[in-house]
Amino acid sequence: MKIGVLGLQGAVREHIRSIEACGAEAVTVKWPEELDALDGLIIPGGESTTMRKLIDKYNFMPSLKQFAAEGKPMFGTCAGLILLAKQVVGYEEPHIGVMDVKVERNSFGRQRESFEADLDINGVADNFSAVFIRAPHIVEAGENVEVLAKCNGRIVAAREGQFLGCSFHPELTDDHRLTAYFVKMAAEAKEKPAAV
Amino acid sequence: MRTGTDRVKRGMAEMQKGGVIMDVINAEQAKIAEEAGAVAVMALERVPSDIRATGGVARMADPHIVEEVMGAVSIPVMAKARIGHIVEARVLEAMGVDYIDESEVLTPADEEFHLLKSEYTVPFVCGCRDLGEAARRIGEGAAMLRTKGEPGTGNIVEAVRHIRKVNAQVRKVVGMDEAELMTEAKLLGASFELLLEIKKLGRLPVVNFAAGGVATPADAALMMQLGADGVFVGSGIFKSDNPAKFARAIVEATTHYQDYKLIAELSKGLGTPMKGLEIASIAPEARMQDRGW
Repeated sequence: MKIGVLGLQGAVREHIRSIEACGAEAVTVKWPEELDALDGLIIPGGESTTMRKLIDKYNFMPSLKQFAAEGKPMFGTCAGLILLAKQVVGYEEPHIGVMDVKVERNSFGRQRESFEADLDINGVADNFSAVFIRAPHIVEAGENVEVLAKCNGRIVAAREGQFLGCSFHPELTDDHRLTAYFVKMAAEAKEKPAAV
Repeated sequence: MRTGTDRVKRGMAEMQKGGVIMDVINAEQAKIAEEAGAVAVMALERVPSDIRATGGVARMADPHIVEEVMGAVSIPVMAKARIGHIVEARVLEAMGVDYIDESEVLTPADEEFHLLKSEYTVPFVCGCRDLGEAARRIGEGAAMLRTKGEPGTGNIVEAVRHIRKVNAQVRKVVGMDEAELMTEAKLLGASFELLLEIKKLGRLPVVNFAAGGVATPADAALMMQLGADGVFVGSGIFKSDNPAKFARAIVEATTHYQDYKLIAELSKGLGTPMKGLEIASIAPEARMQDRGW
């Protein structure tokens, strides 16, 4: 099982460590052609505006969309969730725009409002220590989206088929249960490739 | 819900890794920086080279400038407080600044004591020249470090000296027998517990950027190659001929710091970088890196 982490900017090292702790091979992805060999892709936390500039600069967008179209699993944490979402509040165009959710950036406030909370993530983990940093949240989820966790009534983790997204940073803790869940998604998708 | 925890404060810096934090003095510059792909901006009244040129006491920026910058961009906004100036730091925290730099670029308010940064909800970044300084700042609660370099010079030599020193000392600690750590702690002026943590982790427990002298894309890439987690660019961008182009080139060189063909491409036709300063030409009392301890 080979899982990539989009390595343009952000908490790349932490995701790599988490993937390896789950027994899968981890690869840092800096160029579009490196996506071909992967069974799944994690888009890490970082600054979504910076990542988007670099995605455009290196013509990553067609390859990322193709990756999604092939049915390969993608997991976005924080900035990664913003990049996957089909709609972003206050923006006319989405970024990659593949997961049927509408997200709002920095919706819990600025850094001083950043927080930790213990969450139950449906079917994944109870008592998961979640770190929210200038975090977004899912304002609306499409009908095929399964809500996995809420915090203060706001959706903070969800899955739609091959796509997994969360507002918080599982990579900042030693709790690898959510990463393990994603690695399992990638393993299942590899066994039963979706029709292209 | 727990705010202001070490994890939340240090985690914020983790999200900045591989990125460039740019000094800006108004909303217009902040927008140029964001557009170029900066991961954060540092709101200031004057960039370090101007502070050096004009002299006098350098203080926290006018809150109006900070507010204007916060309103102009969606990326995090940092601001500088004087070393040991409790009230400047509290004012910036109250304004909702995302990160405070307790900075030697400003004139120190306290020559003996740094801020007790663990008491604040807002995270702090501090400068360091060696592992002892780094460890003392972490001990006070800094959630992020930056090597000091010599700000406002456009000369990378001090930044290189400091990042090499810190990383060599980290490697030394990691390789030491645990029985040797207390003596090392005494020599460095660092806490034993922190050195033990560094030994276990194999690295510093917080993100460490490079600062103080980055003037070209190649300088930024050099700092990354020497093991910095990202770079601060102060005077380098808005003192160059074409700031927007310059800023984009520095961002790209930081991302792809080992891609020399790419760095060659993006270094072409950038115009004149900021005029640099020879370190030996700076009077000892004007060396910013010697502020703080």
